[in-house]
Formats: sequence, C-alpha cells, structure tokens
Amino acid sequence: MSGVFRRFFSGLMRLRRGPWEMLASILIALGVFMMMQPFWMVAYTWSFLVTLTGTVMFIITSHFPE
Amino acid sequence: MTRKMADRLAEATPPGIARKIGGLSDRSLAWLFIAPTIFLLLAINIFPLIWTIRLSFTNYRVNRVNADVKWVGLRNYERILTDPDIWQTMQVTAHFLFWTLFFQVLLGFALAWLINRKFRGNDLWTTLIVLPMMLSPAVVGNFWKFLYQPQIGLFNYMVSFVSGVDPASFSMIGSIDLAPWAIVIVDTWMWTPFVMLICLAGLRSIPDYIYEAAEIDRASKWRQFWTITVPMVLPFLMLAVLFRGIENFKMFDLVVQLTGGGPGSATEVTSINLKREAFEKWRTGYASAYAVILFVTIFGLASIYVKALNRVKER
Repeated sequence: MSGVFRRFFSGLMRLRRGPWEMLASILIALGVFMMMQPFWMVAYTWSFLVTLTGTVMFIITSHFPE
Repeated sequence: MTRKMADRLAEATPPGIARKIGGLSDRSLAWLFIAPTIFLLLAINIFPLIWTIRLSFTNYRVNRVNADVKWVGLRNYERILTDPDIWQTMQVTAHFLFWTLFFQVLLGFALAWLINRKFRGNDLWTTLIVLPMMLSPAVVGNFWKFLYQPQIGLFNYMVSFVSGVDPASFSMIGSIDLAPWAIVIVDTWMWTPFVMLICLAGLRSIPDYIYEAAEIDRASKWRQFWTITVPMVLPFLMLAVLFRGIENFKMFDLVVQLTGGGPGSATEVTSINLKREAFEKWRTGYASAYAVILFVTIFGLASIYVKALNRVKER
C-alpha cells in the first residue's frame, strides 16, 4: 500500500501523466459531488471552482509524458 | 473495380483542378479535406461557446437588444453559486442521476446475464427488450403520462393490483414525493436496454476457456461470477455508467413531456431551470454563466470518461 503511495507521489514530483490525471479526476469528481450534495451550501458555492481546477488540470496534464 | 473507378474519377476531374491538386503535398491535401469539417465545428460549436463565455460576464438580455450591455465580471457566477433554488435543482438532478444509474446498472446487468444464456427465442427477447430505447423521449414521456393517470392509468392499476391501494388515491406525477420517482421509473424503463447491450458485449467478450479452467480448478459458480464475470465486465459497465451519467445530467425532453419540472420544482432538473432562465425570464447573461458551469461539469466528467475509455482499449 505504501509502495502505491510512494509511486504516486514520485510520479507527481516527476510530472508524470498517470498520477496527475488521477489527481485531476479526483478533483473533478469531488467538484461534482460538492455541487450536488444536499448538506452544505458552502461546498456548493466552491464546487465550480474545484471542478474547473480539475478540468483545466486534466487538459494540461494529459500532455505530460507517461 | 476500385482501380477502374479511381481512373474514371481522375479522368473526370477538370484539367485545371487536376493540375492544382497534383501540385499539393499530402499534408495540404489532408487539410483541404478536413477544412469543411473544421469550419463547421468552429461555426457551430466553438464560436457559440466562446460567445456564451463572453456573455456570461455581462448583464445582456436577448429580449432587450437596444439596452446597454454592462460588464458585470463574476457577479452572474457568484449569484448562481449562492442561490439556494439552483442548489435545489442540482439536488433534484443528483437524485435523478443516482437512482437512474443504480437501477439501470442493476437491471441492465441482470438482463444481460440472463440474455447471455442460450435458450429458445433468445433473439426475440433481445429485440423486445431493446424496443423502448428506440422510441423518441417525447413519445415515451407522453404515453407514460397516460400510464400514470390516477383515474385511467395502467400503472396505478398495477400498483393497486399488487398492493391493494386505491388506484385513484395517488398521483405519480402530481405528488411532490412521487414525481421524482416517476421520472426515474420512466428513464430506467427506457435506458436499461442500453446498459444491457453494453454489458452483453462485455459478457460475450469473455472467452469460454477461462470458465473451463475455473471449472477444472473446481471454482464454484458464485466464485466464477465474482472473480471472472464481474472484473471482466466492469470496464464495460463503467462505460455504460459514464455514458448514461453524462446523458442524464443534461436530461430535458423526457422530464418536460412528463412533468414539465413540476409539481412546484420537485422535478426541475438543471436543464429545465436553465431553459427557464434563458427563454422565459430572458436573463441571457445569467443563463450563459449557468450554461458555462454545466458545460465545465460535463466536460470534466467527459474527460474522465475518455480516460476510462482509453484504459478499456488498452485491456
């Protein structure tokens, strides 16, 4: 498990596509969840910014090397 | 035959054009062929998108063309993202999304698993199950409206037959509590066959020898299901979920025909709310900001979808 995390963070540090795309996907999913959850208005307010950050990050990081 | 046709085409090309094309490189020819598509893409998709983004920062109203258009910065976005009514429509959309995906995946996979077995009339059953998917959402919405009628609707009579409740005592599309479920039922009825078809493709792509090897290893049917069938169908199932998720996020026609967003705003999904802002209240700038928010969300989800699709291809 720790090996997976180490590989993930090492990929992030070396600007590799896989982990960065994963991070962007998590941000997009988090943003969509924040937008649609019924519990917390503040999360809804910030949801678009999180989704936008994830989407822009996804577009940029999809050009990183494998 | 092909050669002959190519020769005929070459002969039919006027000499002037032939000379010009003959002087072009392969790259230029490729650009020449895709230029009309690129032009259409720019005119129909990219330009309106850029224009919408621009309008989202203004107070423009399309029904007041002579009024001054003011640059309002991020105010439209701020108002949308702090509006409890729009938050409510997002939750209605989430309810619709979650339950339609849940039922469609469950029923679609179960149907695919049953249809994948060899039995008499297999093809006929597949065709019958797939029929709802081929109907227009407007038609489906209209006839389900009749099925949901408390006085004459077949659905109410079926519920009455099963539960013993008076059929006229409840209205699926007139009740605030039941209306969201009414649209979930119709969408599930219509689109479960789609999920079934994708799952069926997944099930049929599993080679028989894997099951044979599992049989030799004395793996039970239950174990075979969880260690062979589910992991190998999962990418297909994931694709189906993403397809339906993106489609249902912008669901409009079916809900408009069925409930029109009512009663109150119980079934007002984001696309209906957006249409009201844009073409009933005529707040074009505000609606543009709303559309940009939905676009970014769907674009983000589509990006994950493309990534998942590439993973499936690699497998």
